[in-house]
Amino acid sequence: MIELSGVSKRYGEVEALRNVNLGIKGGEVFAVVGNSGAGKTTLLRVISMLETDFSGKYVFRGIDARSNPEKVRRRVTMVFQNPVMFRTSVFDNVAYGLRIRGINGSELEERVEKVLEFLGILDLADKNARKLSGGEKQRVAIARALVIDADVYALDEPTANLDAENVRIIESAIKEMRKRGKTIVLATHNLFQARRLSDRTAYMENGEIVEVGETKKLFESPEDERTRRFIEGDLYL
Amino acid sequence: MAWEYIAEGVAGALRLVLSGNPELFDIAFRSIRVSGIAAMLAAIIGIPIGVVMGLSRFRGRSLVKSVFNAMLGIPTVVMGLILYLFLAPAGPLGSLGLLYTEMGISFGQMLLILPIVVSFTASSIESVEGEIRDLVLTLGAGRLQAMIKTVEEAISGIILSVIAAFNRAIAELGIALMVGGNIFVRGGEMNTRVLTTSIQMYVARGEIEFAIALGTVLLAIVFAVTALSNYLQRKWVSL
Repeated sequence: MIELSGVSKRYGEVEALRNVNLGIKGGEVFAVVGNSGAGKTTLLRVISMLETDFSGKYVFRGIDARSNPEKVRRRVTMVFQNPVMFRTSVFDNVAYGLRIRGINGSELEERVEKVLEFLGILDLADKNARKLSGGEKQRVAIARALVIDADVYALDEPTANLDAENVRIIESAIKEMRKRGKTIVLATHNLFQARRLSDRTAYMENGEIVEVGETKKLFESPEDERTRRFIEGDLYL
Repeated sequence: MAWEYIAEGVAGALRLVLSGNPELFDIAFRSIRVSGIAAMLAAIIGIPIGVVMGLSRFRGRSLVKSVFNAMLGIPTVVMGLILYLFLAPAGPLGSLGLLYTEMGISFGQMLLILPIVVSFTASSIESVEGEIRDLVLTLGAGRLQAMIKTVEEAISGIILSVIAAFNRAIAELGIALMVGGNIFVRGGEMNTRVLTTSIQMYVARGEIEFAIALGTVLLAIVFAVTALSNYLQRKWVSL
């Protein structure tokens, strides 16, 4: 589904991604863990083609992503750590992606209501999206991404700073997305969450992918000393 | 004694306003018309420039922005003088016949307030551009759709820029005096007397009651427009 070869990305003097080689299979939940500044968000932005100015090669479903950024963006959608809401109602926020695809009328209404109900926010449909709590905003952001039925969801710390109830709802949504065959790339600093949700995990440090493996194996017997230090530090300190 | 003098002026002014003095309202409506046209022209020209400046990254953009920002504080008398030199019969734009006309004042005020519309529009767009563009693109929008949505999200700031520009235009004196000439003939069609020029004239003549009445009307217009702007902002925030 996603193949990155030798991908590097700089922001001025800062090298946010260094020679990243990574393959993500269709239908898997792929976690990216690492400390703040490790390059997780930049990696998700490249996968979502919000960053197009990078070196190396990115192939999405057999097509060169850099030559077809709009095509990739129609199939890969990113949910940001700090959800941005349009200055309108929850319903219209969620409906936006459908409207720009030319979907209107009863089909639009049905699809939006279904996804709002799935995330437990149907009663907020007419509310001003900018006035919601952090957890509600994040659920709207996920609903907005879910409704467009993309192939890949790049979720950047989707439950950071949320209460337990919102975390439970969002994790259920991720599991449901996986059941529907969606590919999920999940950037998180929460190792427990990565263990709970993902099939495979990559550990990043200073813009590099240090190690990639089956989640269980990577957490129980990491091959790289840096991965082991990170996992032990986070889980047992 | 000093307070009595002011109190008498205010009382006389109130009588003039409440009696619906035709000259006073004629001047007030002319002011609204002249500055309204100026604000409309500045919006038509300035909003597209501000949108381009807010959305695009071109060489020399910061220089253009600095020029518009510097023009925000240009003294109206200097602007009036420059316009007078250009619009005078012997000046480069003398053939347009704009000197001592309402349209001449509108044109001058439009040039004065254009930087307000451009700078505020560009800033409003810049304040939402990054995050809205990323969001809209990741939801599958094309570049044009992303631009439209960004402008849509910045619309309250853009409206505010036009309202601020109107308030600046209606309250300025230099251009209205030098380009308009403060002409007033009862029943005449070529009058150019507006609120600020007539306040200045009545104070100079010592007719303080009329000056206070005009000042009150000017303040009322500015406050009403500001209240409308606040209402629109609140409405936008609440949806």
